[in-house]
Amino acid sequence: MSAKGKVSGVNGNMITVEVSDKIAMNEVGYVLSNGKRLKSEIIRINGDTAQMQIYEISGGIKVGDDVEFTGEMLAVELGPGLLGQIYDGLQNPLPELAARTGFFLEPGVYLDALDRQKKWAFTPVVGKGETVAAADTLGTVPEAAFTHRIMVPFSFLGEYTVDWIAPEGEYAVADKIAVIKDAGGNSHDLTMMFEWPVKRAVKCYSERLKPVKPMVTQVRLIDTFLPVALGGTFCIPGPFGAGKTVLQQTLSRHADVDIVIIAACGERAGEVVETLKEFPELTDPKTGRSLMERTVIIANTSSMPVASREASVYTAVTLAEYYRQMGLNVLLIADSTSRWAQAMREMSGRLEEIPGDEAFPAYLESTIAAFYERAGLVRLKDGSVGSVTIGGTVSPAGGNFDEPVTQATLKVVGAFLGLSRERSDARKYPAIHPLESWSKYKSLIPSSVTGYVYDVMRKSAEIDQMMKVVGEEGTSLEDFLIYLKGEYVDAVYFQQNSFDPVDAAVPTERQHRYFKLIVRIAAANLKFTEKDEARRWFAGLRLKTLDLNGTAYLSDEFLRIEKEIEAFVEERRDGYLPHSEAVLKAAEVK
Amino acid sequence: MDKIYSKIESISGNVITVKAKNVAYGELAEITTSFGTSLAEVIKLDRDMVSLQVFAGGRGVSTGDSVRFLGNPMRVSFSDNLLGRVFTGSGEPRDNGPALSENLITIAGPSFNPAKRIVPSKIVRTGIPMIDLFNTLVESQKLPIFSISGEPYNELLARIALQAEVDMIILGGMGLKYDDYLYFKETLEEGGALSRTIMYIHTASDPTVECLMVPDISLAVAEKFALQGKRVLVLLTDMTNFADAKKEISITQEQVPSNRGYPGDLYSQLASRYEKAVDIDGAGSITILAVTTMPGDDVTHPVPDNTGYITEGQYYLKGGRIEPFGSLSRLKQQVNAKTREDHRTIMDAMIKLYASYKDTLEKKSMGFSLSGWDEKLLKYGYLFESKMMNLSVNIPLEEALDEGWKMLAECFDKQETGIKTELIEKFWPKEG
Ligand SMILES: Nc1ncnc2c1ncn2[C@@H]1O[C@H](COP(=O)(O)OP(=O)(O)O)[C@@H](O)[C@H]1O
Ligand SMILES: [Mg+2]
Repeated sequence: MSAKGKVSGVNGNMITVEVSDKIAMNEVGYVLSNGKRLKSEIIRINGDTAQMQIYEISGGIKVGDDVEFTGEMLAVELGPGLLGQIYDGLQNPLPELAARTGFFLEPGVYLDALDRQKKWAFTPVVGKGETVAAADTLGTVPEAAFTHRIMVPFSFLGEYTVDWIAPEGEYAVADKIAVIKDAGGNSHDLTMMFEWPVKRAVKCYSERLKPVKPMVTQVRLIDTFLPVALGGTFCIPGPFGAGKTVLQQTLSRHADVDIVIIAACGERAGEVVETLKEFPELTDPKTGRSLMERTVIIANTSSMPVASREASVYTAVTLAEYYRQMGLNVLLIADSTSRWAQAMREMSGRLEEIPGDEAFPAYLESTIAAFYERAGLVRLKDGSVGSVTIGGTVSPAGGNFDEPVTQATLKVVGAFLGLSRERSDARKYPAIHPLESWSKYKSLIPSSVTGYVYDVMRKSAEIDQMMKVVGEEGTSLEDFLIYLKGEYVDAVYFQQNSFDPVDAAVPTERQHRYFKLIVRIAAANLKFTEKDEARRWFAGLRLKTLDLNGTAYLSDEFLRIEKEIEAFVEERRDGYLPHSEAVLKAAEVK
Repeated sequence: MDKIYSKIESISGNVITVKAKNVAYGELAEITTSFGTSLAEVIKLDRDMVSLQVFAGGRGVSTGDSVRFLGNPMRVSFSDNLLGRVFTGSGEPRDNGPALSENLITIAGPSFNPAKRIVPSKIVRTGIPMIDLFNTLVESQKLPIFSISGEPYNELLARIALQAEVDMIILGGMGLKYDDYLYFKETLEEGGALSRTIMYIHTASDPTVECLMVPDISLAVAEKFALQGKRVLVLLTDMTNFADAKKEISITQEQVPSNRGYPGDLYSQLASRYEKAVDIDGAGSITILAVTTMPGDDVTHPVPDNTGYITEGQYYLKGGRIEPFGSLSRLKQQVNAKTREDHRTIMDAMIKLYASYKDTLEKKSMGFSLSGWDEKLLKYGYLFESKMMNLSVNIPLEEALDEGWKMLAECFDKQETGIKTELIEKFWPKEG
């Protein structure tokens, strides 16, 4: 029998409950108020009082209202049918909620996350008498383009013997598909779905591996210079309007992974809708199916209850870990982790905890670290490999990266894609600051080659700074050319037009070919007699290159413009700059 | 029968505490003092101690005043009778019309299900090139005007309201100067829009707490009209006063502030209001234009900063002009592909060039000699400011685009614009 209690106080979305039975930290309970059952979670226990955060708006609750506890922590349902869904932070399917309650999210309505009616074609892979353990595959069902593994629930400790397994056939998620026996001889009925508490990391793998393979994003600046690895982590901090969400949307479309989980955490509902309406119309080139079929959206947008916002990133990462157990590469993007941190801050304030920097709780750093730790490349027990890559946006107050959430995040991630207000103001998209950002992962292109171009960029920026002091007239022609080269590479290679159908996504092969051209121009010894002449020439070169960016790869037009650019450069080129043989060789420029 | 409590345990700022039973969180009460009656809202329950926020403020409240709980949360009347009327922040008539009590609706209702939203797709034309061409306003957008005090933000608000094709206007005034209230009234009247306008006005001399109700009341009423198929434009001025009222309350309640005294939930508080903007499938829409004054012209101040993270862009009003940098319409790409094929290109190219012009200005101010390129940019910058940024310009989008090409051709060679050859060939003005 689960515990019962009574409300003794309400303060915003935190309630105080008197309870004399046994209860557990993070246990879920329901407040019975005005005929509604409002879901809440215990966040502090002190003697016979518990403090709970409510996953709903708290208006209407009275002192003396009954509270029923469940004995369970906040958990999600795992099983076939998650792909293509759009859930709130507690895994309520939003379209089904809409069918039930109309335009508005009525408090206290909770629906099954997985469709109980839909049948799945199950094929058993184990036989009676076989020994199994948590996360071992009992059978499979096809889900979208994937072989969905029906596994022994992750919470099953120890070894079990298969007593019965359902024959091949069509089953709904709650149908019994296996009976397994534990060492003590107790039978357990299994279905195709089970629950897992969201705040616990799933660790049913044999080892964690070092993320080395790049996750191709088709964003040039990222893939070439600031790569993200499969199973790695990255963050995108930036002031408002700098392009965090657009960049994440680009990644959610074009990243070369199997599954994408989008956590829209405390940001605009409208942005989720764009994804929701567009993805079903777009094709995933890898599978030929609609993009929506590789996507799960967790939408707990800014006007939805704050406590479920806090839960939403955990819901998202749990789903990601679940699909990783099937040997798939999963990308989780969270927009924005700052809203999640603020949800923690609001609750911490209500609990009257001693505040840290900017009133964030003292455990902010460790909580952020623990979240990103759930990413990773793992070898599963059957030898296959899966990954969860996590990328979170950060929305620093005042756009200043020197604030608790950005700083805590920078300590734990493998790549930092910092967006700059200066670049977004100048419409230089993606507004990732090329020189201040960093990545610890390996690029598609050898680092000696990217390093060479990076040096040109760095020098170009320095010369630009110098010119602000000494003027153009105080700058040598040689330096001025480096400056122009930097500006050129920035304009044509670093910047990328997300709204151009061709330029929006640049596959690896095209990046390789293009980058060779860039290296050649960077290393070219160009002959000019005066600065204005050089500037005009570069303007022409830039225009041709932008035209190239917009043409389909290897089309006649593409080849024609490419030739034209080469000829244009050759006309001015007088050999290569000193000390450039090595890079030309490494980049395989003839 | 409602029970009356006649002992107030504590009074702190605008918050009073009484001992009472069976009271719901968010419930309203009526408090009778020697100055008259005021509404109050339950903001905290701790066993039998009930904390209430008094709309008229705590000033002059005595421990012997009486409190009567009403058994319902804050509500407001909703009907067509609202049109043309003016109310206070707690919904009382401010004009000479009758008080309305029919068809009461609760304010601050639950949020719109994201799955029921549709992608905004209708352009709102304003005749202002800095808006139509560079930062297009879209129906159902939520967009603040960032401004320092003294800028003509209320004029801009009124102008857009009159020029936009909407069915009705709801004006929510917070800490509004009386003169500004009169200005809105007159302007809307002259524009023939008063009969389709509803005003909820809290002026600078009204009690602070009433200011807090203005956005919720305005938006609750807007929501009902939108559900009936009306395209509603909600004007909120000035949201910084709303945030400051929140700050005041949270400080009296001894909440730990997060940033410059503002409560840690400022973002969520603002978001729950702004997110009411919506385009409803098969019905109407709510568009929100709000003024956010920036103390000290500082965009990083918590109010504009949090606002910018919530809204779908912002118009940055400075020196009587909408600044190209700092201004943004996040929804522009939903509509500007369908206006004219050169729209996006002109928008990007002209802003990039204007950025270069700014660099040149800096160079010039440092006393460096200017190149031929710099001279071109200077000419361009001047034209851009006088023909595009100037707020007195009032032309349709298409005319503004043509004007843009003319300006580019007047100042630059084709290739210097960075515009793709294909479009240059089509739109570059012919010689002569
Ligand atoms: N890659 C891009 N290309 C073109 N425009 C962009 C790009 N990224 C951002 N923008 C513009 O900037 C606006 C704000 O971008 P968004 O990603 O919403 O910012 P943030 O999430 O950082 O607040 C977009 O609505 C769009 O107009
Ligand atoms: Mg964003």
